[in-house]
Amino acid sequence: MIELRIAGILLMLAGWMLMLAAVVMLNSLPARTGFASAGLAVEILGLALLAGAHIPKRKKRDA
Amino acid sequence: MPEIALPLFLCLLIPLALVGMALINTGLNRSRNAAHSVLSSLCAASVAVLAFVIVGSAISGVAGEPAHTISIAGRAWGWAGGGALFARSFHVTDWHGLLALIFQLFAVSLAAQIPVAGGAERWRLTATCLSTGFLAALVFPFVDFWIWGGGFLSQLGSNYGLGNGFVDAGGAGVIQLTGGLTALVMAWLLGARQGKFTGEGVPLAMPGHNAMIVLVGSLLALVGWMGLIGAGAVLFYNAGPGMLLMAVINTLVAASGGALSALLTTRTRFGKPDASLTANGWVCALVAVSASAPFVKIPEALLIGLVAGVVVVFAIEVVELRMQVDDPAGAISVHAVGGVWGLLAAGMFVSGQGQFLAQLIGVGTVIGFVVPLAYVVNYGMNRVVPHRVDPAGERQGLDLHELGAGAYPEFVTHREDFLRR
Repeated sequence: MIELRIAGILLMLAGWMLMLAAVVMLNSLPARTGFASAGLAVEILGLALLAGAHIPKRKKRDA
Repeated sequence: MPEIALPLFLCLLIPLALVGMALINTGLNRSRNAAHSVLSSLCAASVAVLAFVIVGSAISGVAGEPAHTISIAGRAWGWAGGGALFARSFHVTDWHGLLALIFQLFAVSLAAQIPVAGGAERWRLTATCLSTGFLAALVFPFVDFWIWGGGFLSQLGSNYGLGNGFVDAGGAGVIQLTGGLTALVMAWLLGARQGKFTGEGVPLAMPGHNAMIVLVGSLLALVGWMGLIGAGAVLFYNAGPGMLLMAVINTLVAASGGALSALLTTRTRFGKPDASLTANGWVCALVAVSASAPFVKIPEALLIGLVAGVVVVFAIEVVELRMQVDDPAGAISVHAVGGVWGLLAAGMFVSGQGQFLAQLIGVGTVIGFVVPLAYVVNYGMNRVVPHRVDPAGERQGLDLHELGAGAYPEFVTHREDFLRR
């Protein structure tokens, strides 16, 4: 599970950098918004991975 | 003297928000941890103030003074203030800088209380203080500078034409989102309370011990929030009398909408209204509207509050049921989720082309900066100084285990000791 946490943290950092890069490198508002949204989606994916790493394995109920 | 009277008065209202939040957190905990909960809030506020004065104020800097910048594609990005340690950059003649420092000290105290709520009932006091010191010295000040101190988020408007730059009058991002995300990190690292989840992952209810102080705390928080938003608007956005009055009205309208929408949502979902979720709806609406209260119209503030009240009810369920995170006071849902909604709503309702993109970048920046940093540092701290109390101490209650005295010495606090087996 430690790998999942590291992956999640790295994805969050990558998503943040993507958002900032979108603002710096693009000029039109729609393009900036689109790529910044993609960066935020990467961040949320990273957060989801980090969250998933903390969900304990649970016993299944017997039928 | 008259020019400092109003902002100083507004700043001096902010401790009521601290009191309100301490009461809410304590009321939502079990009675065996009541004194420890309030003491943790007090200690967190104290540590936060000192850590900010010693280190944080150097990073958050003084508005208008030289700051550390880097040049990116020909534009200057402010990344840290240029202040000195021990707040030596502040001078008795610079009353605006001193007022801003007063405001920031209260703001960091408020931010420090939020993780205390998330880690309640199992977070040791020593570890709480250590973690808070780090938050106040090295996490909060950067976010503070970027948003309020003239840093790169506030410069998005002047540098890239994105509306007015990232807007956050009352700290929805600086205080609430930062604190809420740190609460999430601490809840992950500490794990759930004993008996919170069954082996199959079903959460069991652990009701708070005093709904009345939760609700009284919510009312007190309203006054504190009005001071917080008003002071932020005056100090960082040059708000005039009209904007200030609008901020007060919008804060009250949003909170009212949030409480009622949470009440109706719980009434619809569970058959009866839930007192603690209604209080959470009220506070979540305060959190959400704090980003934009001086700038939006009254119907927009009402909408922000109404949505916040509904969102917080569902967010608490998602955090507990889906994410399997134990959050006794709902701090993550109220402060982090409420903060995100408020910041994005500011992008929708505050005028300015590109304003929504500026808010999006701000939200992404706070999440991308706070979560990795808080997680890595607190994970490391936990290896050196264990954060979680031992199981026997948790069962006994932190009041007796850590403090040696309960909050309610005349009353039974361990019902299960007296049940027939």
